[in-house]
Amino acid sequence: MIWAGVLVASAACYGLKLAGLSLPARWLQGVGIQRTVPLLPVALLAALTATQTFSSGQHLVLDARAAALGVALIAVLLRAPFIVVIVVAAATAALLRFL
Amino acid sequence: MARDGLSIAVASGAYALSFGAISTTSGLSPLQTVCLSVLMFTGASQFALVGIVGSGGSVWAGAATAALLGTRNALYGVRLSSLLNVRGLRRFGAAHFVIDETTAMAIARDAASESRFAFWVTGLLLFAFWNLGTFIGALATSALPDPKVLGLDAAPPAAYLALLAPRLRAREPLAIALAAGLVALLCLPFVPAGVPLLIVAGLVAVYGLIARAR
Repeated sequence: MIWAGVLVASAACYGLKLAGLSLPARWLQGVGIQRTVPLLPVALLAALTATQTFSSGQHLVLDARAAALGVALIAVLLRAPFIVVIVVAAATAALLRFL
Repeated sequence: MARDGLSIAVASGAYALSFGAISTTSGLSPLQTVCLSVLMFTGASQFALVGIVGSGGSVWAGAATAALLGTRNALYGVRLSSLLNVRGLRRFGAAHFVIDETTAMAIARDAASESRFAFWVTGLLLFAFWNLGTFIGALATSALPDPKVLGLDAAPPAAYLALLAPRLRAREPLAIALAAGLVALLCLPFVPAGVPLLIVAGLVAVYGLIARAR
């Protein structure tokens, strides 16, 4: 099942890239599309951040991941490189669980 | 210009290490992980798919979210098509490289020939480093007994936050991000994992169309 999802999603993402290069530009230059599409990553990445920090299955929880996100936020505000943001977040969660 | 492309590619290789690690600890095999980087080749979508699978969501919710995150690449394609002027078979190759980094590098140039060069150099280097990083990250963590010990379950939200931050430089996206996070948490207890994301995507689409009408 995971394989099917991986392949279908990859095909969809490639199709979107190809569509942008191939379709007549005016089809994708409507005001609605131009306004909505850039907002999608903002909304989805924020929703992903929130749900994967504050939930376990279908339950809302507050655990070491919340502290890890706080540290990640500080790293982002200090303009740390991507890999540093990930490492300090993981290290924070690991340390809190170890204590 | 080639040096800019190389520095972006090396940075993305490090970022791909974390993708490989997160993907295998989310339950994908190393082969599935590497296939995602080779075939999908668009970071935010890949992180979303594996993160949703890792948090207990269905792979189809992950696939839908990955595709929704990939819609921006279609708009990049529109901006690039006049610069690149690719026809025939080359267009099918060029399409695979239509992502954030290559678009940023290509549209920053003054001459079309420089744009084309920047696009292909960045795309090819990034593809090489992205897949190498993924492969190493996947192999290094596929043998871990419990990813929680290393805090790797806290890595996906940090990755999303790092991808989100550069998009929050104005008041509207910041407000949308906060609202989206809140709405996703509010509906989370009532729907299957992954579905809150689709609800948020639907709401933001409605918002985009209504705000246009004003």
